[in-house]
Amino acid sequence: MSLKGYGLLIDYEFCSGCHSCEVACKNERNIPLGKWGIKVETIGPWKAEGDRYEFNHIPCPTSLCNLCEERIAKGKKPSCVHHCLCQVMDYGPIDELAKKAAEKGSKVVMFLP
Amino acid sequence: MRQEWKWEEDGYEVIRSCAWSAPGDHPVGCGIKLYVKDGKLEKVEGDEEHPITQGRLCPRCLALKEYVYHPDRIIYPMKRDPKDRGNNDKWERITWDEAWETIFEKIRYFTDKYGPETIMEFTGTGRLACMYNNLLAYEAIGTPNCCYAYSGVSCWGPRNSVCAYVLGAGYPEIDYAFKYEDRYDHPGWPLPEYVVIWGKAPLESNADGLFGHSVVDMMKRGTKLISVDPRVNWLASRAEFHLQLRPGTDAAMALGWLNVIIEEDLYDHEFVDAWTYGFEQLAERVKEYPVEKVADITWVPAEKIRAAARAFAKAPAASIAWGVSADQNPNAPQISHAILALMAITNRIDAPGGNVLGGPPPLNPTGRDGETAMFSQVGEVMPPEIWQKRLAANDLPGYQEIQNYIQPDYTLEYLEREEPYKMRMGWIQSSNFLSPTCSAQPERWHDAVMKFDFNVGTDTFMNPTIQALADMFLPIGTFAEINDFAITHYGMCATFYGSINKAIDVGETVSDLEIALKIGNELHPELFPWDTPEAYFDAKLKNPAVKDQITFADLQNKGVLLPTNEYYKYKSGQIRGDGKPGFNTPTGRIELYSLLFQKFGEDPLPYYIEPEYSAVANPEIASKYPLILTTGARTFVSFHSEHRQIKTLREVVPDPLLEMHPDTAKEYGVTDGAWVYIENQWGKAKQRVKVTEGIMPGVVHAMHGWWFPEEEPSAPHLYGVWKSNVNNMIPSKHMGKLGFGSPFRSAQVTLYLATD
Repeated sequence: MSLKGYGLLIDYEFCSGCHSCEVACKNERNIPLGKWGIKVETIGPWKAEGDRYEFNHIPCPTSLCNLCEERIAKGKKPSCVHHCLCQVMDYGPIDELAKKAAEKGSKVVMFLP
Repeated sequence: MRQEWKWEEDGYEVIRSCAWSAPGDHPVGCGIKLYVKDGKLEKVEGDEEHPITQGRLCPRCLALKEYVYHPDRIIYPMKRDPKDRGNNDKWERITWDEAWETIFEKIRYFTDKYGPETIMEFTGTGRLACMYNNLLAYEAIGTPNCCYAYSGVSCWGPRNSVCAYVLGAGYPEIDYAFKYEDRYDHPGWPLPEYVVIWGKAPLESNADGLFGHSVVDMMKRGTKLISVDPRVNWLASRAEFHLQLRPGTDAAMALGWLNVIIEEDLYDHEFVDAWTYGFEQLAERVKEYPVEKVADITWVPAEKIRAAARAFAKAPAASIAWGVSADQNPNAPQISHAILALMAITNRIDAPGGNVLGGPPPLNPTGRDGETAMFSQVGEVMPPEIWQKRLAANDLPGYQEIQNYIQPDYTLEYLEREEPYKMRMGWIQSSNFLSPTCSAQPERWHDAVMKFDFNVGTDTFMNPTIQALADMFLPIGTFAEINDFAITHYGMCATFYGSINKAIDVGETVSDLEIALKIGNELHPELFPWDTPEAYFDAKLKNPAVKDQITFADLQNKGVLLPTNEYYKYKSGQIRGDGKPGFNTPTGRIELYSLLFQKFGEDPLPYYIEPEYSAVANPEIASKYPLILTTGARTFVSFHSEHRQIKTLREVVPDPLLEMHPDTAKEYGVTDGAWVYIENQWGKAKQRVKVTEGIMPGVVHAMHGWWFPEEEPSAPHLYGVWKSNVNNMIPSKHMGKLGFGSPFRSAQVTLYLATD
C-alpha cells in the first residue's frame, strides 16, 4: 500500500523524552548504532519567561522512517506510536491529523516523513 | 484481556507475560508479548490489552532481545579458586551438579563448624531477588544475616518503616484508577486536581511498581502537578508549582506546608478528630516552622510555599507521590512522617483520587506491614537463638522492630572488626554493591567481604562486585526464561499483579526462586513442601486470608489481576490484624505524634535537621567543599548499575554526567563535555560536565551506578568501578537516630578539571 498522504502527529507538550520510539523503531527497521529512524531532540531546560522553563522533547523521524508500512498492512500501528509511553504519537491521513492538531491547539507538530 | 497466555501468530509462538526481572526494574509487570521462533526470542511487542500499560513499553524492555543474547551474558555456572579473586581469566565453567554439591557442602560445613550466622546474604534492588532474599536466607540457608548493603537502608526502608510506625499500613500509592478495567473513565473515579511529586522521578523509575507514565495520563486529563525537587526535571517543567528546594531540606518544606494548612485552618476537622492522634502537639510543633523561616532554609520563596500548600489542601482530590529522596537523608523518618501528616490532615488516605492503601498482601497476608519480607515469617521459621545472633541485633531497637534486613552501617563495622564472629561465606544475590545504587564507601565493603572464606554470586552478567569477590557464579534467567510473578510494591501495596511466563531457554539459567527452593529442599525440607515455583505460587496465592484466590495457571490465563480493594478500608476494619476499624498503630489512629518513635528514643513529632556539612551547619568544611552534591537521579535507559553493556541503551547516555548551572561552570572554569573530578574528604569521582539551567547555581548532580563493561575486567581495575563512583564521597553511618537515612542527596564537594 502507498503511505503517501499519511503522517505522524506528535503532541510535544506531553512527550517525556523516554526514547521508547527510538528503540522501537530500531527494532522494527533493524537500524544500527549511531543511526535512527526517529530521534528525540531536546530543547532546554532553560529559563524562558519569569518562572517558566522551556523544556521540550520532540521525536523527529528521519529518511529511514517508512511509517512502518509492513505493520500498517497488518492492521497494526507504527511501532513508535504503539510503544510511546506518553501516548503522544498518532498516525493517519494528513487531513485527519490536521484536524486533531487544530483541536489540540498548541505544542503539536506533524511530520510527513 | 484474552484468556490465554500463549498462541500462534504469523508463524511465531507468542507468549504473553508481565515484564519484570531480570533485568532489574520496579515491579510494574508491564504487559509484553514475546515472539518466539524455533526456541529463540525474535522480537517483543507491548501488550495493548494490559489494562495499566496498554501496549506501552520503555526502552529497557524494547532492548530485551539484545540483553538476552548479549555475547557477555553468562549462561552457565562457573567457579574460580578463592586465591584468584579478581582475575577474570581464572573462571572455569562447571556443571550445575558440581555447583550444587559444592554449595551444599560449604553451607553444611560453615553451619556445623561456626554456626549458620557466619553465612551472609547480600541482596540488590529491583530484581526478583527482592522477593526471595528472606526465603533464601532465613529458610533455605538458615542464616539470620540478610543484608541490603544500603547505608541507612535508604531506599524505601525509611518510608515503609515510617508508614508502619505511624500509619499502621504499607506505603500509600497515588490513585491512578488502577482498580478498574475502564481506568480513568470509571464512573465516579475522581481525577485528582493535584498530584504532588516530591523527590521522585516516576517516569524514569516506575518506583515500586507505580506505573510512572500514569502521571502523564492524568496530566492530559487535567491533573496539575506540584513538584518538590532541586532539579528542573521534565515533570517539574510542567508543574503548576515547582518548589525548587535546596537539597536535603525536605523536612523543613513539609513542616512549612503543615504550618500553612493548620494556621489557615485548611485541614479536615472531622477526619482529624476521628482518625488521628496527637494533632494538638503537631499544631504546636509546626509553629516552630513559620513560612518565612522555611523559605530561608529551603531557598523557596514564602509565597510560593504558601500557594502550593493551599492548592494541595483545598483540592477536592489530591495525592502525594514521595520518593527515595525522602529516604536518602539522615532526616528521613521525619520527612516521611511530615508528608504522611499532610495526607492525613487533608483526608487523602485511602480516599478516592488520594493515596490508596493496599489490602492484605496477597503473598503474605498475615505479615507485618512495612516489613520488606513478603514471603518469609522469620519468627515462625527461625529459632530465636539463631535470630538473636544476627549482626547488630542489639543495636537500634526501633530498626529491629520493623526491618528483617540487618542494619547495613553497623554491619559494615562488625564485618571490618570481625565481631562478634568472623563471617565465613557470602551470597551475593543480584547485587552490585561496589558500583552502587547501594552502599556508601564501597571500597570498605570490598575489603570487608574479601575477608570471607567463600563467596557465591548470582546474576545475568558479570558485574564488578562478583568479579572482585566471588568464587562461584550462578547464571540467572531473564523474565523471558522463567515462570514467576510481578506484583507492585513487592506485595506491600498490591495495586495489581500478573504472572511472568517462561518463553525460552537460554543456556542453563535458573530463577532466584528455583535457587531458593533447591537449597531449601536439600537443607531444610521440613520448611519446603514445594519443589517447583508453580507449587510454591499455588500455595501462596490460594491462601484463605487473600480475597482474590487464584492458582498460578489461572493467573497465567487471566493475565493481570486487579485485586478487590475498597476505599476507606480503615472504616470497615480491613487494615488492622484484629479486624477492628482504624489503623494498625498503638492508638489505632494515624499517629501525628508517634508513640513508637517515642518508645525508641526518637522525637515523637517531625523536625528538621540541617545537612551535616552544609554552609549553615559547618562553614569550615563547606568553605573547602562549597558545592552541594546531590546524586541518584535516574535515566530511562538504565536501572541503577544495570544495562551499561547494552549498546542501544548506552548510546543514549554514554557517560556519567555531572549536571551544573552555567554560573557554576563559569566559576570553576569548565565547559560542557569536559571531564572533571568532584572530590570531598572521603573520596573523588570523575564525571563529564553537563551544563544546564535545570539546576541551581552552587548545586551539582552526579549520576550513580557507573562502571564500564568495555574496560579491563580484572582487579584492580574491575571495569573502572572506582573511577566515576559517586558513592566514594558518601560517608557510611551518617544516619538518623533510628538507623535510617544517609546523605546521598546533600553532600558537599569541590570540583576541578581532570587532567588524566
